[in-house]
Amino acid sequence: MSDLDRLDHRFTPERLALKEAGAEFTRREIAPHLQQWEDDGILPRELHKAAAAQGLLAVGYPEEAGGEGGDLLDVCALQEGFMAEGASGGLIASLFTHGISLPHMIAHGSAYLVDTFVRPTLAGELIGSLAVTEPGGGSDVAGITTRAELIRGDDGDSHYLINGSKTFITSGVRADFVTTAVRTGGPGHGGVSLIVVPTDSPGFSVTRKLDKMGWHASDTAELAYVDVRVPVKNLVGEVDKGFYYIAECFVSERIALALMGYGHAFRALELAAAYTKERETFGKPLAANQVVRAKLVEMRRRAEVARIYTLDVAARHVAGEDVIAEACLAKQTAVEAAVDVTNDAVQLFGGTGYMHGSEVERHYRDARLLPIGGGATEVLTDLAARLLGYAS
Amino acid sequence: MQRTIFDADHDAFRDTVRAFLDKHVVPHHEEWEKAGIVPRELWEEAGALGLLGFMMPEEYGGGGVQDFRYNAILQEELTKIGASGVGFALHTDLVSGYLLSYANDEQKARWFPTFCTGEMITAIAMTEPGAGSDLQGMTTTAKLVTNDGDPYYLVNGSKTFISNGINADLVVVACKTDTEAGAQGISLVVLERGMEGFERGRNLDKIGLKAQDTAELFFDNVKVPVANLLGDEGKGFIYLMEKLPQERLTLCVVAAAACRSVIDQTVAYVQERKAFGKPISAFQNTRFTLAELETEARIAQVWVDRCITELNAGTLSIDDAAAGKWWTTELQKKTVDACLQLHGGYGYMSEYPIAKAYLDTRIQTIYGGTTEIMKEIVGRMMGL
Repeated sequence: MSDLDRLDHRFTPERLALKEAGAEFTRREIAPHLQQWEDDGILPRELHKAAAAQGLLAVGYPEEAGGEGGDLLDVCALQEGFMAEGASGGLIASLFTHGISLPHMIAHGSAYLVDTFVRPTLAGELIGSLAVTEPGGGSDVAGITTRAELIRGDDGDSHYLINGSKTFITSGVRADFVTTAVRTGGPGHGGVSLIVVPTDSPGFSVTRKLDKMGWHASDTAELAYVDVRVPVKNLVGEVDKGFYYIAECFVSERIALALMGYGHAFRALELAAAYTKERETFGKPLAANQVVRAKLVEMRRRAEVARIYTLDVAARHVAGEDVIAEACLAKQTAVEAAVDVTNDAVQLFGGTGYMHGSEVERHYRDARLLPIGGGATEVLTDLAARLLGYAS
Repeated sequence: MQRTIFDADHDAFRDTVRAFLDKHVVPHHEEWEKAGIVPRELWEEAGALGLLGFMMPEEYGGGGVQDFRYNAILQEELTKIGASGVGFALHTDLVSGYLLSYANDEQKARWFPTFCTGEMITAIAMTEPGAGSDLQGMTTTAKLVTNDGDPYYLVNGSKTFISNGINADLVVVACKTDTEAGAQGISLVVLERGMEGFERGRNLDKIGLKAQDTAELFFDNVKVPVANLLGDEGKGFIYLMEKLPQERLTLCVVAAAACRSVIDQTVAYVQERKAFGKPISAFQNTRFTLAELETEARIAQVWVDRCITELNAGTLSIDDAAAGKWWTTELQKKTVDACLQLHGGYGYMSEYPIAKAYLDTRIQTIYGGTTEIMKEIVGRMMGL
């Protein structure tokens, strides 16, 4: 992707250096072990520490919260580096779960929350998850039913009593704390709050480690909250503002998934392009077939469009523009490219592409989550229709 | 649209198959997926019920009915329950075809009885590590040796991606008896379990078809008696060409049945699952998506049923089978993908049948001749 980088004015020398740092870390610390972690279904904690030691976990977070500074485009550059060297979707999701568990605390949380949870997480010492989705809810964030009841006690002893369940929670099996979306008020958007729940709280349990089609290196949990007592100081920001805090992160979360999408696409394309030059059938390399070359070009076109559009939306977000609708479109563009390009790559690999452990099959399985996770395409399309003024 | 190709005997057979699968397969398939293989006992139970040898002559213990509608029913019912690991089709639809057409009387007497009872599991080996859809590129050799006692073929080489490869007792192996003669140098030689130098590699780990044993086979100076040559020497490529339409039709049957099954599952799911306060089926997008899939699934079924009728009449053309193979399997992929999407996050969880169907489906446009090869065939038959 170096040709592309030179052509892309958004990638300053600093960002190219970040990208290379991500790529180098992936080659050195990840690639040799990734298959093992995929098969184990979990990442080692040491990896978080190693990434933090290189300053990779804190990119894009403010220095006053323990971050390295930087913006969403810096995060884009870094993640491109990881994906270019064959990182898996599950690896990125699990190593960077703090990308979804911390931003609300950084933007609205107290100094106590920042010191207790944000700094140690950016230092690779703690692992945090975000729990929004519920078994009955899916992409319907405003429909949350997990309940937090405020129990008033004598000075300072007030706490929340949380009851409910969450599912599809990334890094939820390993998490030390879970930023949990709960209902503190009435129905709908207005009654949701975010509360940070330490996972050693009595009544909190991981009821299941879910077995997924892809994202194998990422532990995904089903969580139960039974009369979990959490001090009031663990409330993030103001009560009943949780939905809005979550919504503020929609752009960066969707951009991150779009990045993952075109990252899979570029990597799968690179693998397929190399394979089709080398693999011979009917006495000539696969790439000697016109349709094979055309397919590779189409894969490239899809990946490039996805990348440029995603980076454009990210740049507009950094510039302060409201791009919630555009982020939905970018995510859709990139994840559809991911699903189709990885599918094409498997097809070009033939039977070999169907074998466990061939890298293309991993990208193929990982990519399939993207049109579902972080807002299903259908839901985001409906949202974009409203935001763009197309709804009646 | 009602299917019109079946009569009462077929319906009765379907009931038998369904009862058998409910009892012997449904409760165990998940455990077989973990094990990566189906137990041999299943084959013997199926054999005892006549499910494996119905197409074989009665004198050898078969049912004496060569009617592909029965083959189709067996595959449809296996597909419906997601039993992707039960490799009966290799036996009943593929190997049976070669044996029925090309086995001589001595071979029939030797192989057919246990073929029917399920005591002998069969496979066919064409693909090699260096040659997938490109059959003429195979390098496994069978050299006729006449100066060492009774004449035999000395077989050397390897095959890969062989379905039933671990369980198989009898493997029809495509090899070159003449390395200079191109397609005319290919012959079918039957290797049997226990022959010295015939080794199996590991059970290959695939992204889907988890309960199906798929293996590499290695041949190191295997001495195969000439009595195990199937048909005539040098005719192997012609035999393969003759039988490939039947293999491809099996994949079409599976594709159409899979579309039917996942659409039915999804129709039930979207009516029950609520999002934003109403069932997902109440969203127009859901209805349009499913309406499109339903329409194409019906079209596919009509095509497949017509191909079954043609196969029975001996008129199924190579290009009709190839056209059906690529179109129905690509449709199956598209259908399973769209149905998975309608399942949302649950569709990504391995425990849901739709997640398993997605990974099982991915091989359909690759094996039995890739989509690209199918299009080459159709294009060639159009005179291009």
